Amino acid sequence: MSNIHKALQARILVLDGAMGTMLQAYKFTEEDFRGERFKDYPTPLQGNNDLLSLTQPEAIKTIHGKYFEVGADIVETNTFSGTTIAMADYQMEDLVYELNYESAKIAREVADEFTAKEPHKPRFVAGSIGPTNRTASMSPDVNDPGYRAVTFDELRIAYKQQIEALVDGGVDLLLVETVFDTLNAKAALFAIEEVKAERNIDIPIMLSGTITDASGRTLSGQTAEAFLISVSHVPLLSVGFNCALGANLLQPHLEAIANKTDFAISAHPNAGLPNAFGEYDETPEEMGAQIEEYLKKNLINIIGGCCGTSPEHIKVIADIAAKYKPRRYAEVVSV
Amino acid sequence: MKVKQTKYMKLSGLEPLILNENSNFINVGERTNVAGSRKFLRLIKEEKFDEALDIARHQVDGGAQIVDINMDDGLIDGKEAMVRFLNLIAAEPDICRVPMMIDSSKWEIIEAGLQVVQGKCVVNSISLKEGEEKFIWEATQIKRYGAAVIVMAFDEVGQADNYERRIEIAKRSYDILVHKVGFPSEDIIFDLNIFPVATGMEEHRRNAIDFIEATRWVRENLENVSVSGGVSNVSFSFRGNNTVREAMHSVFLYYAIQNGMNMGIVNPAMLEVYDDIPKDLLEHVEDVILDRRDDATERLLDFAETVKGSAKERTVDLSWRENPLQDRITHALVKGLDAFIIEDIEEARVAANKPIEVIEGNLMIGMNVVGDLFGAGKMFLPQVVKSARVMKKAVGYLNPFIEAEKSDKSEPVGKILMATVKGDVHDIGKNIVSVVLACNNYEIVDLGVMVPPEKIIETAIAERVDAIGLSGLITPSLDEMVYLAKEMQNKNLEVPLLIGGATTSKAHTAVKIDTQYKNAVVHVNDASRAVTVVGDLLNKKTSNAYVAKMKADYDEFRTKFLKRGKEKSYISIEEARKRKYKIDWNTSEIVKPKELGVQVLKQLSLKALLPFIDWSPFFRSWDLHGKYPDILTDKVVGEQATQLFEDAEDMIRHIIAKQLLKPKAVFGLFEANSINEDDISVQKKGEEIAVFRTLRQQLKKREGIPNHALADFIAPKASGKTDYMGAFCVGIFGAQELAESYKAKDDDYNAIMAQAIADRFAEAFAEYLHKQIRTKHWGYAADEDLTNQDLIKESYKGIRPAPGYPACPDHLEKETIWELLEVEKLIGVTLTESLAMWPAAAVSGYYFGNPEAKYFGLGKITDDQLMDYAERKGITKEKARKWLHPNLAG
Repeated sequence: MSNIHKALQARILVLDGAMGTMLQAYKFTEEDFRGERFKDYPTPLQGNNDLLSLTQPEAIKTIHGKYFEVGADIVETNTFSGTTIAMADYQMEDLVYELNYESAKIAREVADEFTAKEPHKPRFVAGSIGPTNRTASMSPDVNDPGYRAVTFDELRIAYKQQIEALVDGGVDLLLVETVFDTLNAKAALFAIEEVKAERNIDIPIMLSGTITDASGRTLSGQTAEAFLISVSHVPLLSVGFNCALGANLLQPHLEAIANKTDFAISAHPNAGLPNAFGEYDETPEEMGAQIEEYLKKNLINIIGGCCGTSPEHIKVIADIAAKYKPRRYAEVVSV
Repeated sequence: MKVKQTKYMKLSGLEPLILNENSNFINVGERTNVAGSRKFLRLIKEEKFDEALDIARHQVDGGAQIVDINMDDGLIDGKEAMVRFLNLIAAEPDICRVPMMIDSSKWEIIEAGLQVVQGKCVVNSISLKEGEEKFIWEATQIKRYGAAVIVMAFDEVGQADNYERRIEIAKRSYDILVHKVGFPSEDIIFDLNIFPVATGMEEHRRNAIDFIEATRWVRENLENVSVSGGVSNVSFSFRGNNTVREAMHSVFLYYAIQNGMNMGIVNPAMLEVYDDIPKDLLEHVEDVILDRRDDATERLLDFAETVKGSAKERTVDLSWRENPLQDRITHALVKGLDAFIIEDIEEARVAANKPIEVIEGNLMIGMNVVGDLFGAGKMFLPQVVKSARVMKKAVGYLNPFIEAEKSDKSEPVGKILMATVKGDVHDIGKNIVSVVLACNNYEIVDLGVMVPPEKIIETAIAERVDAIGLSGLITPSLDEMVYLAKEMQNKNLEVPLLIGGATTSKAHTAVKIDTQYKNAVVHVNDASRAVTVVGDLLNKKTSNAYVAKMKADYDEFRTKFLKRGKEKSYISIEEARKRKYKIDWNTSEIVKPKELGVQVLKQLSLKALLPFIDWSPFFRSWDLHGKYPDILTDKVVGEQATQLFEDAEDMIRHIIAKQLLKPKAVFGLFEANSINEDDISVQKKGEEIAVFRTLRQQLKKREGIPNHALADFIAPKASGKTDYMGAFCVGIFGAQELAESYKAKDDDYNAIMAQAIADRFAEAFAEYLHKQIRTKHWGYAADEDLTNQDLIKESYKGIRPAPGYPACPDHLEKETIWELLEVEKLIGVTLTESLAMWPAAAVSGYYFGNPEAKYFGLGKITDDQLMDYAERKGITKEKARKWLHPNLAG
């Protein structure tokens, strides 16, 4: 049994908060994004947050450190868009391996520092695998519902490349997150299973879907339970939801799956719903109070934050999580 | 029997499908199979994917819990067809809500299918036919794609055709899958081969009973698996004798299910109810299925000869086709039948000297009968509109011939301009009146909706119309009509002005509009009166007398009305506030909403709204009066109401199947406190984000009877309690396009129907959402259990008043809702300059959750409140007066 399985049995684990929100505070300019290495790159690069792992590694490192500092057990690598499909916007498909590898190494280094300082509380690195900007089961063309902008195989290959780099860079687990199209997630899971089989390794997988609509469905139309069934063929470390909603609106969906799975349950909600300016303004205390509701109901094994959350939020969440026992679940550990 | 089961198969489409000990038999739809359905094969070959989708949808509607799709045919590219069809299904929530079964004998087609479906599918099938290696590889891949699998009882030697071979292959396959591949045992389904019985061959005698017994063994010995099969095979020998086949299927399933068969491919239309099988037939069939007698087959064959079923075809009475031509044309018009009209019109055209004579003669004779019946109350509006459809079709056919002859067009009786006034988008009533008038040979100039007054006047002059008909549904339209009447006077028009629409009234027409225009102004309250009114107005002999009579009538009515108005007395706004409705905030229960903030709902299926439809207003929109469902059996209008209802249901099915209407909603729940007596401050975390202004009743009432304002239902800031309220907007998109598509086909009946249905859906959506709010999102009535009738009677706790309606007649408040909920940005419902909602099938309003909140009508208010309101709202007194005009006393 790996460390993270042991830790999960013992306590509620805390995932970090937003990377993007923290990076915004640095107000990096186009030049900052480019750094020396990409100063003549042909496309605009501002906004390519994953690239900052190469051009502003200190900032990434500092942010990881801040989250560990306030009590996070797991930080996510800065690789949400680290696939050839998502990087095509910046013509950086060829940099995908390096971006993921370096991002994993940065997080690994910080995690190891903290684990060395506090051996009783080992820190973990989760390789963040985003949804890409294309959907495999929905048509972007309203006039041609049968059209698809990306195929399963294209996704599988792109994900596999990202996964291999993350694993090479030393992540402890993989986090397939912000799943709005279950078929994309299935391609990612397929790729992970391939890598596991080819390398004969086991690596824990967290999977986190996104529910955007008050009907309680994913963007691709599945109910929370249908989503759960569609991804349960792979032995997951955890399944849960993140993004799109604040903590209070996420609760019914967590309840919908919590008693239907033997996997651990994770949640990393946004800091409320965005206000008129697109900013998230739920305070750490408000968010913490909502999350405490989950914990009281014994719904959660892994808890963190998504858009709009900061180390202040994670600190409050970590303090609350420490007061509660983790949800009990019949963990299936694949050996 | 003791089934070994600790885990249960779970599948998914958009929704879950879970087998458990309580599950009934899982029925797999099999019509989307090119090998099994000639029609489906033809559609795929001809690339008619829309119709192919209809087959899939039909199966799901008919109860299939899984849809089997097979594209194995030598003449089609199976892989491409599978991918294309599954991709199209993914865009049809009514189909892809259930799991898919990807059916092929070719691995490449199966894999291509698995790569395009997000839910957990079933693969149909794999087997040991080509050896263990291929079997293991395919099973490993399927596991990785996350699908369940059907395993055929087939191995290197061949297909299992007896009891021993079935269990041998099943056991071996199970062990490999579970122990070598690590395949979840609950995701294994065995197809143990259903073969025909009663073939006359000795070795086939045990085919059914062997399957049944092997099924039992598999379910008792192989933990967690399912057993499936294609049932129709068993009766193959009796092709052509459906009575026997249906009995055989029922008997076979009866025993197979008892012995553990839990899913299968069954055509529900080919199934008799076991208990309904005649005793003698049952005995013969059971003898065969269970192999109970040596001569079972011969006996069933003999018996079968006596029970050959006679198909009961429903015949259509076509005897009217024998009648003379004019009778046939009249019949078609009266009954609204268009199937033979072109044929008959062509016959009439050939017989006539000029094609125009067919319109003036044959068709007008028929329409006169329609008009007479309608006038006598023997035909109803929906029928007349259908008659008009037939008429239009006939005229459409004749027009080219008339044009070719270049003869004079038939002289219409008169030309009527119809328009929905500026700022208003509602046109059902206007369309109905247009159609009825057109039926009576008036030429209609329909300017559509939101027509500015200048355009109406300009067109009236340019087109030399004989009358103008105005329609409007929302209260601001009343003022538009007044303005238009004034302008008509300024421009010295002389044509009569007809006023219609839900908010119009004889009172308003007489008091406000009639006084602006010297010439005729007539309020026409229903479509059936329109023809006589227009007839009287345009008849040169009678019109002067008629107009004079109308003017005198309105004058008298006006005098009486104004007198009556004066008799009511009002109290000052200060006084009214003192008499506000008082809730004891110390004891009143305030429930905090479970979900604060704004949410969007766009993925709801129209089907979910069906139970919430209130049908009575639908019938009213067609001038059929009565309460649903009693109206369907009403002595006078029952037959028509039933026909209309059936047509509506047909269209709803069509709309749902093709997703022609799209419901969207946005709603929000917020902290709120009443402030300054009549305002409601809406807050987020204590910070004010909006203020709703409410109006208070000022009518002088008996002592102890309160003067209501909506603000009374929210705890005042001073109480120190945080209260809550909500706001919402629901809209049904696509009705306009749908109506236009019918209009383009000269089908006004269905065009009006589409709009009427969209309106019902919008109201049903508001009802549905309110229930979700009460039971879920706010949750103050989580355990309420109300029927649709209760909902229509508004027996629920809390209210949802809408701006523009009696409790809060100020339409301007919609703007506040639009800002607060970002309605336009989030769901695209917009407000016109008169603050009507677009699309027209939309409802917006507030939610009040206090158990004491109730609906009331504001009634009239006086100037002091108007001034106060204008000041609170920060608008000029003139603007406030304009919008509150209909509610001002005096």
